[in-house]
Amino acid sequence: MSSLSPADFERISNSSEKENISRPSLSYWADAWIRLKANKRALLSLYLIVALLLFTIVGPLIWTIDPAFQDLDQISQPPGSNRLALIVDDYEPWTGLSSSSENGLRLAESATTMAVRLVWDVLPNASGHRVYRNIFPVGTERAYGIPLAEYFDNSTLFFEDRLDLKPRRYFYSIVSLGENGELQDEYQSIAVDLQRVTTMNEARAKGLILPNSELTTGDSINLNLHPLGTDYLGRDMLSRLMEGARVSLFIGIGAPCLFILFGIIYGSFAGFMGGKIDQFLMRFADFVVALPFLLFMILFKIAFGIGPGESGVFPMLVALVVLMWPGTARLVRGQILQIREQGYIGASQLLGARTNYLIFRHMLPNTLGVVLVTITFAIPSAIFIEAFLSFIGMGVAPPTPSWGAMSNEGIKNMLTSPHELLLPAILISITVLAFNLLGDGLRDAFDARLRNQE
Amino acid sequence: MISYIIKRLLQGLLTVWFIATATFFAMHNVPGDPLLNDRAVSEAIRANLESKYGLDQPLGTQYLIYLKNLSQGDFGISFTQENREVNDIIREHFPVSAILGILAVVFAATGGILFGALTAIYRNRLPDFIIMILVILGISVPSFVIAAMSQLALVSFNSLIGVTVIPVAGWGTIFHMLTPALVLGLGTMAYLTRLMRSSMLEVVGSDYIRTAKSKGIPAPRIFTRHQIRNAILPVVTVLGPSIASITTGGFVVELVFAIPGLGRYFVQAVQQLDYTVIMGTTVFYGAFLVFMVILVDILYGLVDPRVRLEK
Repeated sequence: MSSLSPADFERISNSSEKENISRPSLSYWADAWIRLKANKRALLSLYLIVALLLFTIVGPLIWTIDPAFQDLDQISQPPGSNRLALIVDDYEPWTGLSSSSENGLRLAESATTMAVRLVWDVLPNASGHRVYRNIFPVGTERAYGIPLAEYFDNSTLFFEDRLDLKPRRYFYSIVSLGENGELQDEYQSIAVDLQRVTTMNEARAKGLILPNSELTTGDSINLNLHPLGTDYLGRDMLSRLMEGARVSLFIGIGAPCLFILFGIIYGSFAGFMGGKIDQFLMRFADFVVALPFLLFMILFKIAFGIGPGESGVFPMLVALVVLMWPGTARLVRGQILQIREQGYIGASQLLGARTNYLIFRHMLPNTLGVVLVTITFAIPSAIFIEAFLSFIGMGVAPPTPSWGAMSNEGIKNMLTSPHELLLPAILISITVLAFNLLGDGLRDAFDARLRNQE
Repeated sequence: MISYIIKRLLQGLLTVWFIATATFFAMHNVPGDPLLNDRAVSEAIRANLESKYGLDQPLGTQYLIYLKNLSQGDFGISFTQENREVNDIIREHFPVSAILGILAVVFAATGGILFGALTAIYRNRLPDFIIMILVILGISVPSFVIAAMSQLALVSFNSLIGVTVIPVAGWGTIFHMLTPALVLGLGTMAYLTRLMRSSMLEVVGSDYIRTAKSKGIPAPRIFTRHQIRNAILPVVTVLGPSIASITTGGFVVELVFAIPGLGRYFVQAVQQLDYTVIMGTTVFYGAFLVFMVILVDILYGLVDPRVRLEK
């Protein structure tokens, strides 16, 4: 047995160093943040959402073109299209050409967006002709396109088209007409590529050339820049998408925040009071849940009424809040009921905590994780509902752009200019996807029990 | 069980009353005048019309008349189409929406269950990835875009083979129904697939599956008899709300595919402010959805006795 000296019984100094916790203490939120950071998909969608918000908030400061401005030179232009325009002399009326050669349907002069001048010869057995224009080749189905003019004798063998011309390829056809004006089988068709032109006066009036510029007829100028093209009224897609993002995200984020706030107050009150009050309040919530959702969205919207010049954003916001709060209220009530029975609430009560303190210090903070997850899932569904309603024409009133309203306008020109539908649709999809993935990530981070098995 | 059913039905009736009341007062707040017409109406005619429709009565009396008519199944007469009862309109257009909805639910349920089970079985392998990408598309792409794209695809498909096998729009034969039903069910199918996948993953790892394997039961039999049967329960629970969302989601699909269903008619009625049609359709849809949910709940109670005991 080793000998013990009195020094061994000396008290070791009680420095704070020894009580140091070797790892930093983790709060609920810090822990959740670490788990979220480990989730690549959720993080990526978080970046996407930040980028979207920047696009919405900062974008219009950089790209300052008015979303309502109509650039009539460039209607339904695809993204990044050629925007060169040739300066030509002012338009002069055309009295036609008498054709004598046997060359069939042809151009009298080079085709421009100002006018396309066609000449042709009499088709075999024709007592007249009808002129058609199409944006697709005639093909075996004889799809001639829209009829432009018809002549019931063979004295007129020329036609000038000035109808809504765009710098693209058109297919012109002439079809022979019988004696009674009936359509016959013979036809001729040519493909015509139109060049975009503008006159000196027009270019000056639109501010495309400076008054003292040296440019003359025959030179080319650049029209206004539209990086994402234009819509069917010549409005800039990029600035409209930004403006539309404001509307869509305002409804998509504003409405969930409001109805979740209401749901928290309602649900926590019901859960905390318990008993008869709780039963009554929750039965009422059940009723609201049972309302056919979309029908009542529309009903509320018309009940509010949209006056002239109003955008209809506010009625939609209110309708969403009125119809969507019960989900959150139920959830929060369930959470509160659960938390109420926890040991730490009892301990706090023993220490003399008051009701307000209990609710705001212990109960609500512990429900916040679940609430945050609900918000992230509510945002995409609110964006979807807005898009859906605007698409069937029951959402925001034109000319206010929202992604749904833009899709509605775009679907009408889907075949000729698909970008008008695709761009807003892609933005809706990306936003909805990003919020959904972030919601998944948050759920995994906050609540181990709900973690989905992947 | 019978007392449970009776209780649920009474609750349902109460809910329908609530829906009817909410509809009545919401419609009463709609700005505009139902009797305002393009033609000038003299005071006398106006007074006659008001008394005919009961519009000169106080609001409370109007409400009571409305409830009385409703309890007899009378939704009134259309404001914009002369001599046409709302009941007739519903009778004519609802079956179209219902057939479309049923087909969509069938697509969504079978597709969701099958795909969800497959992804769980082939977890982290190629079929899983492909299906999950489709699921993500189904969740995040709005139905009107899918509808438009499928129409485009149909057009090019039809012109490729030269015969119109599957029409692009319209209504009539079973071929008309296929594409709209598929588009309508896609969102729900994606949701059900996710649900089925996580539920199936839980089942795949459970003890009774290992027991079954060790007893030498062949894999296909385990798949059909043990795995799918147990994993399907959570899917059945959400089927009721799914039916609700599919039926009302039919609006867009009916518009895009030009289907003469009740959803399209409702949108039209709203645009024309046809008061009685709007009210009738809303209450009818509401009642339909309430009783569908109850029906699914009762069926679920039959399938899983635990649910019945809880309530």
